[in-house]
Amino acid sequence: MSILIRSVSKRFGNFVALDNVSLEVPSGSLLALLGPSGSGKTTLLRIIAGLEVADQGSVLHHEQDITHYSARDRKVGFVFQHYALFRHMTIAGNIGYGLRVRGVPKPEIATRVNELLRLIRLEGLGTRYPSQLSGGQRQRVALARALAAKPSVLLLDEPFGALDAKVRQELRQWLRKLHDEIQVTSVFVTHDQEEAFEVADQVVVMKTGKIEQVGTPAEVFERPANAFVMDFLGNVNVFHGRVERGKAVTHSGMEVAYADYTHAEAQDAEFYVRPHEFDIRRHKNGDASLEAKILHVNPTGPLIKVELQAVASEQVINAELTAERFGELNLKSGETVFVSPRRVRVFFPDYSI
Amino acid sequence: MASVNRRVLPGFSLSLGYTVFYLSVLVLLPIAACFAKASSLSLDAFWGAVWTARARSAYLLTFGASFVAAFSNLFLGGLIAWVLVRYKFPGKRIVDSIVDLPLALPTAVGGLVYSSLYVKRGWLGRFLVPLGIQGAYTRLGIVLVLVFVGLPFVVRTVQPVLQDFDPESEEASSTLGANRWQTFYTVILPALLPALITGFALAFARCIGEYGSVVFVSGNMPFKTEIAPILIVARLEEFAYGEATAIAVLLLTTSLVMLVLINWLERWSRRYENR
Amino acid sequence: MKTGEQIGISKHPPDGQEIVSERRAQKDPAWVQWSLTAIALVVVGVLIVVPVVNVFAEALADGVGVYWKNLFADPDTLQSITLTLSVVPIALLANVLFGVSAAWAISRFSFPGRTLLVALIDLPFAVSPVVAGLMLVLIFGLQGYLGEFLRRDGYSIMPYLISTLGAVLAIVGYFLFRPSNAHARRGLWKHPFLVLLVGGSAVFGILFFVQDYWTLWPVHKSLKIIFAFPGLVLATAFVTFPFVARELIPVMNAIGPEEELAAVSLGANGWQMFWHVTLPNVKWGLAYGVILCNARAIGEFGAVYVVSGHIAGKTDTMPLRIEKLFQEYNLPGAFALASVLTLVAVLTLFAKSKLERKAPSVVSVPEANHTGGQV
Repeated sequence: MSILIRSVSKRFGNFVALDNVSLEVPSGSLLALLGPSGSGKTTLLRIIAGLEVADQGSVLHHEQDITHYSARDRKVGFVFQHYALFRHMTIAGNIGYGLRVRGVPKPEIATRVNELLRLIRLEGLGTRYPSQLSGGQRQRVALARALAAKPSVLLLDEPFGALDAKVRQELRQWLRKLHDEIQVTSVFVTHDQEEAFEVADQVVVMKTGKIEQVGTPAEVFERPANAFVMDFLGNVNVFHGRVERGKAVTHSGMEVAYADYTHAEAQDAEFYVRPHEFDIRRHKNGDASLEAKILHVNPTGPLIKVELQAVASEQVINAELTAERFGELNLKSGETVFVSPRRVRVFFPDYSI
Repeated sequence: MASVNRRVLPGFSLSLGYTVFYLSVLVLLPIAACFAKASSLSLDAFWGAVWTARARSAYLLTFGASFVAAFSNLFLGGLIAWVLVRYKFPGKRIVDSIVDLPLALPTAVGGLVYSSLYVKRGWLGRFLVPLGIQGAYTRLGIVLVLVFVGLPFVVRTVQPVLQDFDPESEEASSTLGANRWQTFYTVILPALLPALITGFALAFARCIGEYGSVVFVSGNMPFKTEIAPILIVARLEEFAYGEATAIAVLLLTTSLVMLVLINWLERWSRRYENR
Repeated sequence: MKTGEQIGISKHPPDGQEIVSERRAQKDPAWVQWSLTAIALVVVGVLIVVPVVNVFAEALADGVGVYWKNLFADPDTLQSITLTLSVVPIALLANVLFGVSAAWAISRFSFPGRTLLVALIDLPFAVSPVVAGLMLVLIFGLQGYLGEFLRRDGYSIMPYLISTLGAVLAIVGYFLFRPSNAHARRGLWKHPFLVLLVGGSAVFGILFFVQDYWTLWPVHKSLKIIFAFPGLVLATAFVTFPFVARELIPVMNAIGPEEELAAVSLGANGWQMFWHVTLPNVKWGLAYGVILCNARAIGEFGAVYVVSGHIAGKTDTMPLRIEKLFQEYNLPGAFALASVLTLVAVLTLFAKSKLERKAPSVVSVPEANHTGGQV
């Protein structure tokens, strides 16, 4: 285990940033801390880096307690969202800085800097200043700078947050490839679930200072631990209803089997369905379905987005069909059709709050 | 800068016209007169006025004392700015306002009080004079009062830059393994350098021209404690207008050239920004 | 303006709303903090606080009665206070007018030579006050370029001066109150050049005739500028004229022209736009410039020293009077007068820090505004 976080809490005044968080980061993994604003993910990253000190709990690195080590003694690499490159130093100066302050001899620094410039594909730009580079190039320099002293852990704070969409896409794939090459234990913070899924081996979903779920991208996406994770990881349609006797029944009258709850006593529940988990039919068959009117069709993109309104409950439903299926059905706005979920996830409202 | 088409907002020709007129009458015309008067002197007369032994020692003292004072201000002002921005202590707000006092206090008052503080019976002189430190009517006295006069300039140019300094740079430096001192002189100091140079230049320029306070503390002895502006006044009182003007032109030209030079130096120190 | 609470709060708080109160990486060891703070306080104390306290201590050394007598029993000292109180407002008014018009031109329009103009405004900072005074002597003094003329028949320029001023004021008024909307202009508002020519000459002519007819000015009399009141005003105005402009330019730049454009598009004339929109927006910046300018004007020494001629009871301003008392070894008198000026300075600082809280966009030292600056 590379990093072990044990019951860490952190407050800023009255604001609880982290509430009793524990987490393991396996050696060599690439882990994403995913969550909305204020979920504490950046604070957790900064505590691992030593830029903040936890109020309670401890941080272990290879079984060694480093809770009170300063950032400088932890030998971590940290990449800042806004790069934090030193403006008055050249690119080479920036990359070599971590070696220079540790007293590494100059020729050695030069060799390492050239090696890293090759790695980030900026050979020959070593004498430029940060202001002469594009955002994507600056972020690669920031990464090289963090890697220069061969840290055992690499921490990245929203590394692609300040970049535009196209550059961000490129850099994600590049980071994934880079990690496969150098295999350094990495933790990065993001609020973009797509980014987390695309890059990370492990995803940690956080909310208001707590960890909601830890798992591989597939696990987290396919088996969300609770309604928050489900909701945060993509678009959902929410139906309210109840479960009883192995059945789930929405208020709008849809009924699906639910074997996990066999009691006779009914319990309120929420049913979550992702847009792509709906099928649309022109005629009712045996499956559970809702009668709905098509409000709008957005035929662009690989999946056709269909916006419908349930006839009985007037709830708006978002569905996504493959282009094939859409072509088969030949749907038009204003038509009345039947939508049926292929898969329903049941969550019980949390009364503990 | 948001500039507007001249037809849209009123008052362009009016305001520009008045500005240029006022500037010409009050500034450009007198400066032109000064240079005209100086150029009416023959080269020998000019040289004879500006390069006497007395004048040379006055220049040396003016520039030397100003340099020493501005250089001290670089450290004192930088330190005060650092403490005001980075640390918390009771009375900080008051200290912050007090730093501006040398700008608001008439120079004559500054000179008067400095001349009495460092004499043998003065508040500070009673400790310093027994130690052999003569802070009144000496060159040291001139430097002291110039330090007083120039103090706000470095503080006020460095302070805003330090305030806006990106804390992530320091964090980055710290995660890269630098200790506090390494972070200071490799990351913070280079970022403050342009502001420090500007503050130094402003303090230096102010010190060179300073008259009101120095006239009190220096004792005005030729060859010893006479600065260039005092020499100009002395020549004027002898009704030697030509000689006074010659020295004035020299002083004026030097401070203008120096400001251009330091301006260039400051730009050079920002060379890594936004190219 | 600079409160400790701001320290360490980054402009981009991580995670959007999260607050980072104290950056650990920015903290210095406690002993460093303590010793640096102590040194800074000692420096400020020795350089600034002790002298200020010393002024009052020396002034009041012989009791309040003597202090009072020193200030108000000496007619020459009294005269110097009156003189300062009459020179400063005139110079201040001239510089405010200049500052507002320069700021308007520079912050609202682009024109060739704008950078040069900004640089020229800073020029007095680079000129020694003594040299400034000397320049005025070279023009207006007895040996100066205009000296001979002023001595022979100096007052003969007064009718021209007054009449020109009147004509210019009339034209300025015309343009200020002219409707900004071309459709709203009727009658004479539609013919600016006609009004400019005819109206201007008419005002000039009438004023000139009036002054000439009643012989308001002495004939063949010397008009003293140097060693007299006008010289003091000119010298004071020269040394202090950048202050208002340098405060207003950044403030007006920061505010931008949008509100004024809106006012004009709604039909305000120049004066209404200035009075209802521009002035309320910049009033704190203006006030700030005025108090700084005022402090410098009251305390101006070098330039005034050269042009005054030190005629006791006539051309000695307060700082000059202090110097004279000092030379006469009348230290209690000098310190009594100095204490009044110190009080003004302390009040200036007080007003300044109040204004800084009102208008945080105002930077505390005008020189600090253009760090990227021009000469």
